[in-house]
Amino acid sequence: MTLEPAQRVQAVPPSGIRRFFEIAEERDDVISLGVGEPDFSTPWAARDAAIHSLEQGRTSYTANRGMRELREAIAGYVADRFDLAYDPDEEIIVTAGASEAVDLAFRAFVDPGDTVAIAQPSYISYEPGVIFAGGEPLPVPTREADDFRLTVEALERAGAADADALVLCYPNNPTGAVMPAEDLAPIADFAREHDLTVFSDEIYAELTYEGEHTSIATFEGMRERTVVFNGFSKAYAMTGLRLGYALAPADAITAMNRVHQYGMLSAPTTAQYAALEALDSCDDDVEEMVGQYDRRRQFVLSRFEEIGMPCFEAKGAFYVFPEVPAGWTAEEFAEELLYEQGVAVVPGDVFGESGTGHLRVSYATGLGDLREALSRIEAFLEERV
Amino acid sequence: MSEREVLELLRENARYSTADIARMTDLEESEVEATIEELEAAGVLRGYQAVVDWDALEDERVRAEVELNVTLDRETSYGDIAERLARFPQVTSLRLVSGDYDFDMEVEGDSIREVSQFISEKVAPVPEITQTVTHYVMTSYKENGIELGDGDDDDRLSVSP
Ligand SMILES: Cc1ncc(COP(=O)(O)O)c(C=O)c1O
Repeated sequence: MTLEPAQRVQAVPPSGIRRFFEIAEERDDVISLGVGEPDFSTPWAARDAAIHSLEQGRTSYTANRGMRELREAIAGYVADRFDLAYDPDEEIIVTAGASEAVDLAFRAFVDPGDTVAIAQPSYISYEPGVIFAGGEPLPVPTREADDFRLTVEALERAGAADADALVLCYPNNPTGAVMPAEDLAPIADFAREHDLTVFSDEIYAELTYEGEHTSIATFEGMRERTVVFNGFSKAYAMTGLRLGYALAPADAITAMNRVHQYGMLSAPTTAQYAALEALDSCDDDVEEMVGQYDRRRQFVLSRFEEIGMPCFEAKGAFYVFPEVPAGWTAEEFAEELLYEQGVAVVPGDVFGESGTGHLRVSYATGLGDLREALSRIEAFLEERV
Repeated sequence: MSEREVLELLRENARYSTADIARMTDLEESEVEATIEELEAAGVLRGYQAVVDWDALEDERVRAEVELNVTLDRETSYGDIAERLARFPQVTSLRLVSGDYDFDMEVEGDSIREVSQFISEKVAPVPEITQTVTHYVMTSYKENGIELGDGDDDDRLSVSP
């Protein structure tokens, strides 16, 4: 082969969700609970702002770090909502989705051979991102017995004390676990004690149904060592607009911007206008969507309980993570369920070994479909389990 | 508080079962039932109806929005006129409004002829009514908060990260 992929590219296997996607796409009667994005449309005001910006011909690059106005709005928003104080001039960078922010951080801070601990089960992009940057991922399994929250014991057991960095994602994709302040405090202590850089993906922060979201960057001595990722995809239902951001001390943002300015130049301009409007005027839309997710969450949790597939109480994001019945692997269960009942869910091992034996079930789907899907799962259990 | 939650859910979909509402609100099923009964008894919950996109059906259904102007005399109030009009089964909604006219009335029938006849024979002759302006509905895009039309527009990938 003349186009021989680099070793670090070859080292990353194809995404585990790809196969499920292909099977699910073959049929047209599938109810998909395999979706990791909102089923709502972007709030109209934000879409309208994007359209207006196009009408005005605002289609040039913006500043590398993003429009100043937007950075100011982000600074105001994160201060207000999460008690995070960042200077819009130097400590915020606007990116093409949180995905780009994650990638920039790995490329800016991970040296070849560096170990990056990743609390798992986790969103599927962290491991490959670390590998592309030349680093070595170190899975830190969390357990259902701890409600999939990260503990110091888990970090120690996995050997994270010797790592260079730690990736956190709470509220979590795929488990729906959250980390309240009292659970984060010891993790912050651990990170300081072992001098870990922390990458904290807080893209689901708005989707916290009980209590308030706390950012690890708010703990003493953590701001200096933490990069916070957030974005508009989930809370504002803007996945396709590709807009996210990172918050970190000035030097860190400068380093990330060095990568970004060559790789991306600037985040999509149209999306930046949409985001500005979203922060400005879409609080009510977010509240409405979060309310709907919460009702669905309660519905889904209680139905799983009733049909005999209990799961711990997910309190964030839009996923629940039930255990598959004894005698099945998650993969077999998901595959048979898809073939026999036309319900698509994602096997938990896709998100790391600690997800083995679980399914990721998304409730970013209307209640009518959720109700039908749960009945089909119930029927499947009655027939096959 | 739970009253409001229950009402909002029923407004969203009156066919949610009490069990579903209980699951969504963390109330006991019996509490949901009791709340609904109380709301019905208090006259807050007045009925449960389907939202129909008549355009999607072969059968013709004709609807009109009618503006009504009235002149009151000493013996007649808006309420008296409203009561009289509301009794007609053809009238599906009736509201007293501010602005250029007094009542905003919605009328339904099986044909334009039927609706026109109803307005000219039953409504216009009411002595206090001085003027009627009838607007036939040509296409409805949204009813009771629900957008009508093709509906199935979920173009998300079936599995995504
Ligand atoms: C935890 C997490 N981080 C980041 C992303 C990607 O977000 P964005 O669309 O902003 O790139 C996702 C999407 O599923 C996610 O679940």
